[in-house]
Amino acid sequence: MKETKIYERPKSWKKGVHTHYCPGCGHGITHRILCEVIDELGIQEKTIGIAPVGCAAMMYDYIDVDFCEAAHGRAPALATGLKRTRPDQVVFTYQGDGDLASIGTAEIVHVANRGEKITTIFINNAIYGMTGGQMAPTTLVGQRATTCPEGRDPNLAGYPMRMCELLATLKTPAYIARVSVAQPKYIIEAKKAIKKAFEYQISGKGYSFVEVLSNCPTNWGMQPVKAFEWTVSAMMPYYPLGVFKDFDKEAE
Amino acid sequence: MAKGRVEVLEEYCKSCGLCVAACPMKVLRISEKINSKGYRPVEQYKEGCIACKMCAMTCPDAAIEVYKIEDNQ
Repeated sequence: MKETKIYERPKSWKKGVHTHYCPGCGHGITHRILCEVIDELGIQEKTIGIAPVGCAAMMYDYIDVDFCEAAHGRAPALATGLKRTRPDQVVFTYQGDGDLASIGTAEIVHVANRGEKITTIFINNAIYGMTGGQMAPTTLVGQRATTCPEGRDPNLAGYPMRMCELLATLKTPAYIARVSVAQPKYIIEAKKAIKKAFEYQISGKGYSFVEVLSNCPTNWGMQPVKAFEWTVSAMMPYYPLGVFKDFDKEAE
Repeated sequence: MAKGRVEVLEEYCKSCGLCVAACPMKVLRISEKINSKGYRPVEQYKEGCIACKMCAMTCPDAAIEVYKIEDNQ
């Protein structure tokens, strides 16, 4: 009988820390995928992350790479400056839907259009998590939130924003994909997409953007397993998974 | 089929139950124990793990380690 360890905590996940996320939160899964990708690419010593405002504001405590904390929505602007002064470093921003699709819309559109050589991880859970479950630009039609207790009304708030499709109309970005962390089969695809996004940045192909469909058990008022089922049954029909732009495929 | 064993790092577990739902062999459950944060950690309560790593893949707190058991015979 011989036992071999085939899975352990990623090396770039700080030792001995407990995350502050609610049980079953998709942030933890995405952080873990990020750590695994950083380990596999061997870029721990030259990676700079930009933490957002939102639930993931304290991610610098969990991932053992250099971090900067940006003002709300301004992570892409900070990342631009960092990447232009230190082009040898790998720079990524990690933003939620309130941060990226609401207050930071101008920054994200222009960083994508300039084709800065950075990577953006965009967590879409269709609600403002940290501030208490208000309506986000990505909240689904009919979905209840504290600022729309009767459900989102498209006559008042418009329809949810599909950021991948919006950015894919631009000519410059190198890689735009939407993935999910709802179930193991989606998590495998999510890891591949995030790894590809980092590889595109390292090889200098341009801007890469990965949207991750996640959950918010606390503010949706669901058990974690039920919440991820809702991600699959309600969010995925409106936010289809897939690759929207790929530099390599266009070059062929 | 491969044989395996799951080790739960009980202090990190938040008993969200995602691994229990993801396990194809249904060998995990939420235990009666309580960790220092007040959560009930997950445990492997019967044989039958096939070392597929699906529990570790879904764990938001990286609280699961998976071992593969190989017979020398």
